Amino acid sequence: MKPQSAFPLLLAIALAPMVQGIINRTKAIVAGRAGQPLMQPYLDLAKLLRKGAVYSETASWVFRTAPAVGLSAIICAGALIPFAAFPSLTHFGGDLVLLGYLLALGRFAIVLGALDTGSSFEGMGASREIAFAALAEAPLFLALAAIVRETGSLSLTPALGAVSINVWNHAAPSMCLTIGALLIVFLTENARIPVDDPTTHLELTMIHEVMVLDHSGPDFAIVQYSAALKMWFLGAIIVAIAVPWHVGNALADAACALAGIAALGIVTGLIEASMARLRLLRVPTLLLTAAMLSALAFVMVAK
Amino acid sequence: MAGLLLSIALFGAGAAGALIFANHGRWTTYAGVGGVVAGCAVGIVPALRAALGGPVESIHAGWAVPYGSFFLRLDALSGFFLLPVFAICPLAAIYGAGYLEAFRPKKSLAPPWFLFNLLAASMAMVIVARNGLLFLAAWEMMALSSLFLVTFEDEKEEVRRAGWIYLVASHAGTAFLFALFILLGRAHGSLDFDRFDASAGTGLLFALALIGFGTKAGFVPLHVWLPQAHPAAPSHVSAVMSAVMINTGIYGLLRVFTLIGPLPAWCGWLLCVVGILSALTGALHALAQRDLKRLLAYSSVENAGIIALGIGVGLIGIASKSPLVACAGFAGGLLHLLNHSLFKSLLFLTAGAVVHGSHTRDLDRLGGLLKRMPVTGVLFAVGAVAVSALPPLNGLIGEFLVYLASLRGIAEFDGGGLTVLVSAFAALAAAGGFAAVAFAKAFGIAFLGHPRSESAEHARDPGWTMLAPATVLAAACALAGSFGARLVAAIAPLIASITGMPDAKSYLSGAANAVAHVAFVGGALAGISLVVMAARSRLLAGRKVRSALTWDCGYYRPAPRMQYTGSSFVQPLTAAFAAVLGTRIRVIEPRGLFPSDASLTTEARDPYQDRLFASLFGAIGRGLSMLRPLQQGLVQLYVLYIAITLIALLLWQFA
Amino acid sequence: MNQVIDSILILLTLTGFVLLGSSRLAACIKAVGIQGALLGLLALVVQSGDLSITGVVLALIGATVKGILLPVLLFRAMREADTTREVEPLISFNLSVLAGALELAMSLWIGRHLRLPADPVSSFFVPAAIFTILAGLLVIVSRRKAITQVIGYLMLENGVYVFGTAVALRMPVLVELGILLDVFVGVFVMGIAVFHISRQFDHIDSLRLASLNDRV
Repeated sequence: MKPQSAFPLLLAIALAPMVQGIINRTKAIVAGRAGQPLMQPYLDLAKLLRKGAVYSETASWVFRTAPAVGLSAIICAGALIPFAAFPSLTHFGGDLVLLGYLLALGRFAIVLGALDTGSSFEGMGASREIAFAALAEAPLFLALAAIVRETGSLSLTPALGAVSINVWNHAAPSMCLTIGALLIVFLTENARIPVDDPTTHLELTMIHEVMVLDHSGPDFAIVQYSAALKMWFLGAIIVAIAVPWHVGNALADAACALAGIAALGIVTGLIEASMARLRLLRVPTLLLTAAMLSALAFVMVAK
Repeated sequence: MAGLLLSIALFGAGAAGALIFANHGRWTTYAGVGGVVAGCAVGIVPALRAALGGPVESIHAGWAVPYGSFFLRLDALSGFFLLPVFAICPLAAIYGAGYLEAFRPKKSLAPPWFLFNLLAASMAMVIVARNGLLFLAAWEMMALSSLFLVTFEDEKEEVRRAGWIYLVASHAGTAFLFALFILLGRAHGSLDFDRFDASAGTGLLFALALIGFGTKAGFVPLHVWLPQAHPAAPSHVSAVMSAVMINTGIYGLLRVFTLIGPLPAWCGWLLCVVGILSALTGALHALAQRDLKRLLAYSSVENAGIIALGIGVGLIGIASKSPLVACAGFAGGLLHLLNHSLFKSLLFLTAGAVVHGSHTRDLDRLGGLLKRMPVTGVLFAVGAVAVSALPPLNGLIGEFLVYLASLRGIAEFDGGGLTVLVSAFAALAAAGGFAAVAFAKAFGIAFLGHPRSESAEHARDPGWTMLAPATVLAAACALAGSFGARLVAAIAPLIASITGMPDAKSYLSGAANAVAHVAFVGGALAGISLVVMAARSRLLAGRKVRSALTWDCGYYRPAPRMQYTGSSFVQPLTAAFAAVLGTRIRVIEPRGLFPSDASLTTEARDPYQDRLFASLFGAIGRGLSMLRPLQQGLVQLYVLYIAITLIALLLWQFA
Repeated sequence: MNQVIDSILILLTLTGFVLLGSSRLAACIKAVGIQGALLGLLALVVQSGDLSITGVVLALIGATVKGILLPVLLFRAMREADTTREVEPLISFNLSVLAGALELAMSLWIGRHLRLPADPVSSFFVPAAIFTILAGLLVIVSRRKAITQVIGYLMLENGVYVFGTAVALRMPVLVELGILLDVFVGVFVMGIAVFHISRQFDHIDSLRLASLNDRV
């Protein structure tokens, strides 16, 4: 383990909430408003961390443990993801499978926390969140399988590192398909439009936000921060495929990837500004389509 | 070998003791449990030695039955499969002592303890028998003893029905095994395993074994009996059936594979397809169930599918001459089998405690049990995390190896093998997602929130006889999760003997290294969680921490009935997969200004049973009813049939 | 060049999935129009080695007819029939997409095993063509409305066109024009039919045509 392999994780821990700021700012500008400052998510977190907490009388230890397990699952997942030329903290054959299961663990914990309150609203959010995430597993794994097939490495760090201009030159269509599938997974996992609307004000129509209604104070800060980290890590995978330029200088590459993540935030903001949320019944169809995209991507690299 | 014989003898003594002390109150329980515990304690030592690659021992003695011989052998494969038998049975027996106590005033406990010993002995016998007839005798004894254990509560209609379905299914499966053994033994005129040969055609033999043993293992579409029979049994029997008896089906398949030699690639593909189908069907049906124990039974179908996938990937690896894929595939399948035995018995035992405490298995009538049964709740949570294959517990290890094997194949293979492997990879991911939903539902609906019924309100933890075995199993799940790499190294000799690759250990070293990393990340996960929780407590120290009602979005006082039920929790998925699940939804819509009787019920049916088998058996029934005129009830007529048959046979022989 | 062709074929396949998974009639008509435009582009790219005026003109005409004219006609039919703007499927959209996946797998398998006189430029040519044909059939089979039937026929024709492009590197212009004429007549007739059904029965549910059968 080299010291610089801690860099991707540290970078994420420091910058993850910023993506949220970029998305909000983009939406505001498109809507003709000035919008919040980019640093607003940090200020929100700081405010939450300074508060006390209210716990439901129904809730048990599950509710109090869930945010901590959720956060540590996401941090461990982040230890498997490289950033630009910097390798991940630990990497081994098949680590992409562990990544999927760590994300699942984080979600499992938060969903159980939601059910622990006995609230119908939180049950509703939990039900939708875990159902859609279950449907997003197949496209995520298939997309990663396409990358494995293309690069021949079974681990995220070498596989994502091997996606170069060369790969794009002979497999551009399937790389585009992979990115498309991963983008849908990204929007689903992070509860963004067209799957979920983070700014809606009606509990009945929410997914992620309604699931964490009862968390307050530092617990809520942990939940929000985990969500930001998850967005960063999934985004980093997409950017690693979509930004294949390797200058050779590690810092220049990292700057390139950072610009990519900012661009991803802007794209997400544009999608949110221009689209409406899908009806909940149609979300499974969207995810099935994502699975088709990644299956097609696999077929194109396999031939 | 002597230890094994002694162990079987002790089971016999336990069975006899249970009958002898039938009228002596608790003594029949002591005899029954004592027999199982002593037999397993004696047997596990030789089994472990053999499983780790110790010397192969055998006994060959005559038997007065034609083609039969008393031929037993203990090799690595047998030793490995004996481990769950000898590890789970005693724990289930101790638990059963507490569980059955409630029935003592009403029923004699001698039969269940007699049968439980018989079941343990016959499972051990199936695994070491090396003669076709002996094997089938033990197989039949296993089926019948478990059948009568399933129908323990035979005053219930649904239990009797489950018993009939089980009886029919297990005998239909056995018929294929008869054909299989006859074909295998035909060439040399002997049913001893070491004289079998595959002259009848590898493909045919493979198909017969897949159907015959697949019925026991619960492969889709032969699984229909499993979700009926396993939940109907008393919980300690459900645990043994789901966690141990399923394994005998897998054992049979593997034994036949080693007997008939190298298999063509399509066999691996077929087994993978069966595995994919079982994993997806099992997981989807599991999440749709309302009955807690039936949910667990469907999850067994899913896990049998994952095991089949591992073995199938291994077979593809052998056929494609890729030792890395072959070894990782087999190792994944077998380790998953071992881990499944641990967590599935844990889940059934804790589910039994729920039934014991609240007198219902209906998830939509449970709730809030974690506060009323805190120990059971924690133990069930461990099982739920393990079965969902989430880190850091043991469920992930076997599955991870199967993933790893298929990933390696995805990177290396071309053509049909590649298609099958990538489908397996995606199906595993999807099934994993569905399993997580199923167990978020099982734990979340039963143990969290408010109680949904009076009986759930008054549930309490059971006594130590029922909690201690489950605690041991939960600890085993955690340990197996932490030392997965050791397990991979430990089964290397076994893998070498199955794949015929003496260097299995070196081929598995990469996989073991990856598993060690997984365990390391799991440890880090636990550590970081503790740190985060400590930081949170530190932050909250000295601040205002209140407890209040659950946030009710402006409505007054959320009532238990307003909670999401299990059926509504999985509604997005049951709606999306309605066509596959065959879920029946009955709605009484609210009418008028003051609706009084609106309701919604969902019932999870098994379309394989409703459509495939119901029509098949219906057709057979109609066909057979044509034979009714033969059945007149006159003795003279039956003697006439015998006479006609005799004359016909004589004429056929001499004509 | 190969990559551009591949991309067009993939986009064609994806519009097929859009047609299977979309619940809005307008989106379906747009998707089938995009398919038409893509075919024109495909024709241009395939013959890009030796571009001839006739080839270009024919491709442009094809693209115009399929990409603009037919969708406009369909939009008009939709407006005039004044139906609800929702696709009414007989099987759920999820099942349609899953069935589409099966069809795609089947077409890939066929594409691998089908031997053509000359190898097409891209190995994805034949699968994309067969998939489009099968998806068209699926749309025809599994949708209630007459207008979706027309869309299904158009997809079918698009698939045949791609297949033609795959088999012969030179555009089988005459064959293609013939087919185009057939379909044009088909759309015309269907348009009239749609119009009449809606006037006679006040809806355009093709299933109601079953009441015209001979059974008493």
